Amino acid sequence: MASHDAHTGRLPGLFMSPDTSSFTEFLGAYSPELLPGRRGLPAGVTAGEEIPHGTTIVAVSFPGGVVMAGDRRATAGNVIAQRDIEKVFRADEFSAIAIAGTAGLGIEMVRLFQVELEHYEKREGRTLSIEGKANRLATMVRQNLGLAMQGLAVVPLFAGFDEERSEGRIFSYDPAGGRYEEREFHSIGSGSVFARGSLKKLFRADLSAADAALVCVQALYDAADDDSATGGPDLARGIFPVVATVTAEGYRRLGEDEVGAVARAVVEERYDSPGGPTAPLR
Amino acid sequence: MPFYVSPEQQMKDKADYARKGIARGRSVVVLQFADGILFVADNPSRALHKISEIYDRIAFAAVGKYNEFENLRLGGVRYADVNGYQYDRRDVTARGLANVYAQSLGTIFTETNKPYEVELVVAEVGEDADTDQIYRLTFDGSVADEHGYVAMGGQADAVAAALKDRYREGASLADALRTAVSSLEAQDADRRLEARSLEVAVLDRNREHRLFRRLPAARIEELLGEQAS
Repeated sequence: MASHDAHTGRLPGLFMSPDTSSFTEFLGAYSPELLPGRRGLPAGVTAGEEIPHGTTIVAVSFPGGVVMAGDRRATAGNVIAQRDIEKVFRADEFSAIAIAGTAGLGIEMVRLFQVELEHYEKREGRTLSIEGKANRLATMVRQNLGLAMQGLAVVPLFAGFDEERSEGRIFSYDPAGGRYEEREFHSIGSGSVFARGSLKKLFRADLSAADAALVCVQALYDAADDDSATGGPDLARGIFPVVATVTAEGYRRLGEDEVGAVARAVVEERYDSPGGPTAPLR
Repeated sequence: MPFYVSPEQQMKDKADYARKGIARGRSVVVLQFADGILFVADNPSRALHKISEIYDRIAFAAVGKYNEFENLRLGGVRYADVNGYQYDRRDVTARGLANVYAQSLGTIFTETNKPYEVELVVAEVGEDADTDQIYRLTFDGSVADEHGYVAMGGQADAVAAALKDRYREGASLADALRTAVSSLEAQDADRRLEARSLEVAVLDRNREHRLFRRLPAARIEELLGEQAS
């Protein structure tokens, strides 16, 4: 369906009704087939492993902001579906979103979420509060519940800079749309168990932005070390994790050279101690 | 019921009605400058905007009845976001938007008793001044493709005449803003406009992603205070 009336070329009445500033709600009324969660699978069918899955995401807060990072691998069963997939995105000026689970649906959800935030901002002339953004995302995840039950789960991780409190905040989700605020750090995806162990030992409250990025890369390395679905830094091809910071200055994705230098240093250090930095015993 | 009214008379009455409504408001100017497109409105309100962002490279300016052009603006934002989501961000164009606005305004003008009392500009900033696009739409759905500058609103003719004398291509932001403000002051003989009573925004081609930016009063004051270069 074209987005304007094919016969007259004018905006259909629905476009001019002032009822909602939510893009998702409008699209649901206007052209519901465009919403990712609305295309259900036939009853009784479960999607197999052949659909690419995104894997590990980590987020670490530090005084003044938050860092989010994701590995670059997508897997379909035992096959590496993609080596350089990107799973961490700018949501708007002061927030970032990353996805784990079914890659196709996840990337669509991210796109929709980005438009949702911008649409609200343009219509209302103000940005949503960080809780408002986190709640909108919860609704989107919940709309995907049917597909999640059929094996196509998407779980996002949301992080942003709270301008009112002047600090970084992290929100995690479950496939039913439950929204949980995380303190300090969090990880999602298949390698998250290993990444979280690593984060637990490496996190401290006074990290700088650069050190928080280093902690993320270390945790992703540890996840890749033990989880076959998580990709480590690929020095031969020059493929490194996507790392982004969100601070009072806004969202910033670290350049390839910046992340490359951090990743190379991490790999270099692991030649001497494959387990990575050790935490003091007492 | 009235006697027979000829279609000519009917259209003329509606057009007069719309023109009168628009002429009651204050003016807005849109002009090209070195880094993009500048929008300046004689509008003291901080909340009720006459200039707004539509999409990455596209902005909207309007004069006339607030609820009517606000309705069009909100519809335009939906149109742009639906197309950008469905296709790609690059596929949202000012030309497409101007077309649907023209069709909507044309239909409202011919099919309803009360025409919209609005005049709009839809502008898209390009890679350089030659690829900038400025479309002006009137209450009856007519579209004009403009170059350089546009004035609309209450005393549009006086403002346009002032702009004609003062406008020059490739001006800096400060120069273009001064040109716009002094032209808006031509609305009345004794009109003086201060930063606080102006709504100013730019589509700046040197920015990234979303090119629309509002200028806060402090910045407007600073630019107006700069010496002419």
